[in-house]
Amino acid sequence: MEKTKINITDEVAIHISEMNKWYGNFHVLRDINLEVMRGERIVVCGPSGSGKSTLIRCINRLEEHQKGRIIVDGTELTTDLKNIDKIRSEVGMVFQHFNLFPHLTTLENCTLAPIWVRETPAKEAQEIAMEMLEKVKIPEQANKYPGQLSGGQQQRVAIARSLCMKPRIMLFDEVTSALDPEMIKEVLDTMIQLAEDGMTMICVTHEMGFARQVADRVIFMDDGQIVEQNEPESFFNKPQSDRTKLFLSQILGH
Amino acid sequence: MKASAPPKTESFKLSMLLSDTRYRGTSLQVITFIIFVAVFFWLVDNTLKNLALLGKDVSFNFLFLRAGYDINQRLIPYTSDSTHGRAAFVGILNTLLVAFVGCFFATILGLFVGILRLSKNWLVAKLMSIYIEGFRNVPVLLWIVMIFALLTEFTPAPKAFKGADPQATMLLFDSIAVTNRGTYFPAPIFGEGSFWLLLSFILSILIVIFIKQYANKQKKETGKSLPTFWISILTIILPTLGLYFLIGKPISLEYPYLKGFNFKDGIHLRNSFLALTLALALYTSAFIAEIVRAGILAISKGQTEAAASLGLRPNKIMNLIILPQALRIIVPPLISNYLNLTKNSSLAIAVGYMDVRGTLGGITLNQTGRELESMLLLMGFYLCVSLLISSVINYYNRSFQIVVR
Amino acid sequence: MSKLAFVQKNKIPPSPAPISEVGIIGWLKQNLFSSWFNTLLTLLSIYFIFIILKDFIPWAWGGHWDTKSLRECLDLNPDVACFSVLTARWKQLLFGLYPAEEYWRPTVTFILLIFSIIPILFPKYFRFFWFSIIYPGLAIWLLWGGSIWGVGIVYIGFSLGVLLFILLLRNITRNMVIAGISSILFVILFFIFFSNYLVNILDIIIPISLPPVESLKMGGFTLSLIVGITGIVASFPIGILLALGRQSNLPIIKMICVGFIEFIRGVPLITLLFVASVLLNYFLPPGTNFDIVLRVIIMVTLFSAAYMAEVIRGGLAGLPLGQHEASASLGLTYWQSQRLVIMPQALKISIPGIVNTFIGLFKDTTLVSIISLRDPVGLASTIRADQTWNGIYWELYVAIGLMFFVVCFGMSQYSQYLERKLKTDK
Repeated sequence: MEKTKINITDEVAIHISEMNKWYGNFHVLRDINLEVMRGERIVVCGPSGSGKSTLIRCINRLEEHQKGRIIVDGTELTTDLKNIDKIRSEVGMVFQHFNLFPHLTTLENCTLAPIWVRETPAKEAQEIAMEMLEKVKIPEQANKYPGQLSGGQQQRVAIARSLCMKPRIMLFDEVTSALDPEMIKEVLDTMIQLAEDGMTMICVTHEMGFARQVADRVIFMDDGQIVEQNEPESFFNKPQSDRTKLFLSQILGH
Repeated sequence: MKASAPPKTESFKLSMLLSDTRYRGTSLQVITFIIFVAVFFWLVDNTLKNLALLGKDVSFNFLFLRAGYDINQRLIPYTSDSTHGRAAFVGILNTLLVAFVGCFFATILGLFVGILRLSKNWLVAKLMSIYIEGFRNVPVLLWIVMIFALLTEFTPAPKAFKGADPQATMLLFDSIAVTNRGTYFPAPIFGEGSFWLLLSFILSILIVIFIKQYANKQKKETGKSLPTFWISILTIILPTLGLYFLIGKPISLEYPYLKGFNFKDGIHLRNSFLALTLALALYTSAFIAEIVRAGILAISKGQTEAAASLGLRPNKIMNLIILPQALRIIVPPLISNYLNLTKNSSLAIAVGYMDVRGTLGGITLNQTGRELESMLLLMGFYLCVSLLISSVINYYNRSFQIVVR
Repeated sequence: MSKLAFVQKNKIPPSPAPISEVGIIGWLKQNLFSSWFNTLLTLLSIYFIFIILKDFIPWAWGGHWDTKSLRECLDLNPDVACFSVLTARWKQLLFGLYPAEEYWRPTVTFILLIFSIIPILFPKYFRFFWFSIIYPGLAIWLLWGGSIWGVGIVYIGFSLGVLLFILLLRNITRNMVIAGISSILFVILFFIFFSNYLVNILDIIIPISLPPVESLKMGGFTLSLIVGITGIVASFPIGILLALGRQSNLPIIKMICVGFIEFIRGVPLITLLFVASVLLNYFLPPGTNFDIVLRVIIMVTLFSAAYMAEVIRGGLAGLPLGQHEASASLGLTYWQSQRLVIMPQALKISIPGIVNTFIGLFKDTTLVSIISLRDPVGLASTIRADQTWNGIYWELYVAIGLMFFVVCFGMSQYSQYLERKLKTDK
């Protein structure tokens, strides 16, 4: 498994400082400090309930943080709707349960946002959509409905849908957890290709093979805080913290 | 390998009728059919015997006889000299009137309450929930009777509006009078030139349709959207208003006024109609509100999140993603509730409103003594309505189903 | 270690959330005042509530409970409620015209109803199921009176039929259908020829009877409960059969069931009730004339069975697909798999729908007022026509509406609780 080439620039894509979030009385994210450079690929792992999904959902404002700052591409994430809209059109997200729109065809799923958010003419939107569908290797499914596709195909459509907005950052939230084993590879391959092409990405995942091959940095979270982070080789072979060691033994044990 | 001999065919035994899968289905059906036909003929036989004993026969001639009674609320001309058939038709039209008006208001109210019920504001959501539970858990007949009592006993008599210092006043700049004999509204009078006004109104609507199509085409080609909402409103209102004043106000209102002890002129809606329609609308709106809420809630949160993360604004998310999916869930039970409202309209007799049950199934039935025939016709009418509505639901389900493998 | 590497030195403990997020203030902020629009809505709602309560509370709170007539109420204070009509007539509203000295009978009937439901709802007490079976007979005897053998004979007849069925199956034939048809024939013959004599004989030997009360005297909430509960319980087995028949592969059975269901669901209940009061006598042999309440119960049962069939059909559709195949591959016959595998699951899923059908049926019992039976709504008109209370309406209607609301709302909350429990049960 050869490592993907490194594309890190020295431009800051995401800057998070002293970020805290509470659900009611439950302190779900504690003092998060994170800086992501453009072109960098980050894998976030940790036990369930550690807050990793919540962290990336805060980046595109699907969740609100109560303390601290999040700055994406130079725009700060506040309650200002204009900022939120701007950030959302630069940041793409792929979900664990795909969340494709079942009443629209694959092509319509992909052209929806360009037409209504960027006011792209229909024909141009369709060209972009077909380009993205070819990138994820399912152009022939353009006129099918999501209900007619397999899980792996649906997830790839979901990736293409996000790509149609030409985002500069992609967030992946456990995108292979709901797939049958034989379909995981096709989705991971798509993500590896994206990584090769230089996309800045944060992936919450349990796929450690993927982390080894693609990640520039692996972050381990537990109890809502970043416990350890390092390059993949060092992270997997020489974990420093006890909690990291425990987690890795559980994940890699079988 | 040696070919085996063909299987021996068993000889036919009587018990195979029930135990052999080849015959069992047919046997059971034949038995059921025989029992069913036997029971049916027994019932018909009894009926004919009973009718003969009472000196009656079965005939529908009564429909052509003179009715001999008045119907005080009607949509078509009718006098006591008209036939029973015509009386039944008047009743049918009355039923349909209540059904349409009731369904219309029930839908609007139901949509409003249902969407508000989903509001993030706790107080509003709770108030709407009280509305829904309050109306749903009390029998509709009670609402009808209550609202009728309210309208007849709580409202002033027409003569209370009389005099220099009246006890009661009309609403809305002296145009609407709510009395215990009914409510009087201004009636529109179509004078000369109103035809042109109506024509221009219809034309402006057609123009709006064209504008919408043009805007869609523009959006497809250039991606830019036009503010069609405001353009449509202006296109309808401005020419119509302008023409109205230009022609010299061809449509005017005839206001009800008090003469003697009664109001004259204007449209008179009797309390029986108002009570029935209002009660049915309020009662059904509670059910519709729940259907709307269930439909919107059924769309998983993930859909909204995916659309939001693509950058779509809330109103676009509602129009493009949520509503199309929610409508597929909402429309079938909604139409079912329209059917329920139409069936519930048969309670009109409780307040003296002459719907089809009041005429055909009521006075006609009592006067002619033709209970069997009237009931058959009455049930036939309701069956037709319900079959019609069921086929609409089925058609909708077939055409708009979400395609799945 | 590269410059990326980071290891946390000290674990960060949880800190309390900022004040504006939790507790009362947090709740208020999120739910009532989260945006200016929301704040506006909140203020409007508060104003709206205030207007309604401003007039209602003084009217209800200071109401009269003891006056003897409406006139007296108005003389004392016309601006408050006249609840005395309830004090004077509550017995009538509950029991109709049932003779006052026999009030214990309906009361006992309904208390026993609760006991008869418990073995069904709570499998722990299933050994008391025998009580649930004799309860209907007991209830009929308590309410209508007469000799206990009038009702007992029905149980005797059916028990004999079941005995015969078992005997035939064990000793003479293996075929269930033949044994079944013979037993049914025996029961029919028994009732046509023997039952009357047997009742008279038993009555002489062991006379146990209660003063008879005729149906026309029954009214008020008692009537609503009788019609509603009997309708639902009796429609249950019919509904199951209809649902199965509708699903059947045999065209004739399917057509009959579909025809019946669509016919009943297509006509308003009031027309069916009218059939009960006028036409049902025509359909039966000349000379039969039975009790109006019984006729109404029959029509209500048929009505409810059609809706019940649809609910059960929904429950059957909600089953995991492989159940039929699994039971067939185990060798169970059609009826066995229905009884042991399919129906228990389908009914469990349908319970919320069944409770909803009951709520609807209970509300529909008010329609009997239109064919002149004295249910609460009908009684309200009678009370209002009485001289002493002529002109009263709010207090009476509110009380009746409240009674219905309590029962129906209670049942609907129970059904929602059941639905939630079913979801989490999996």
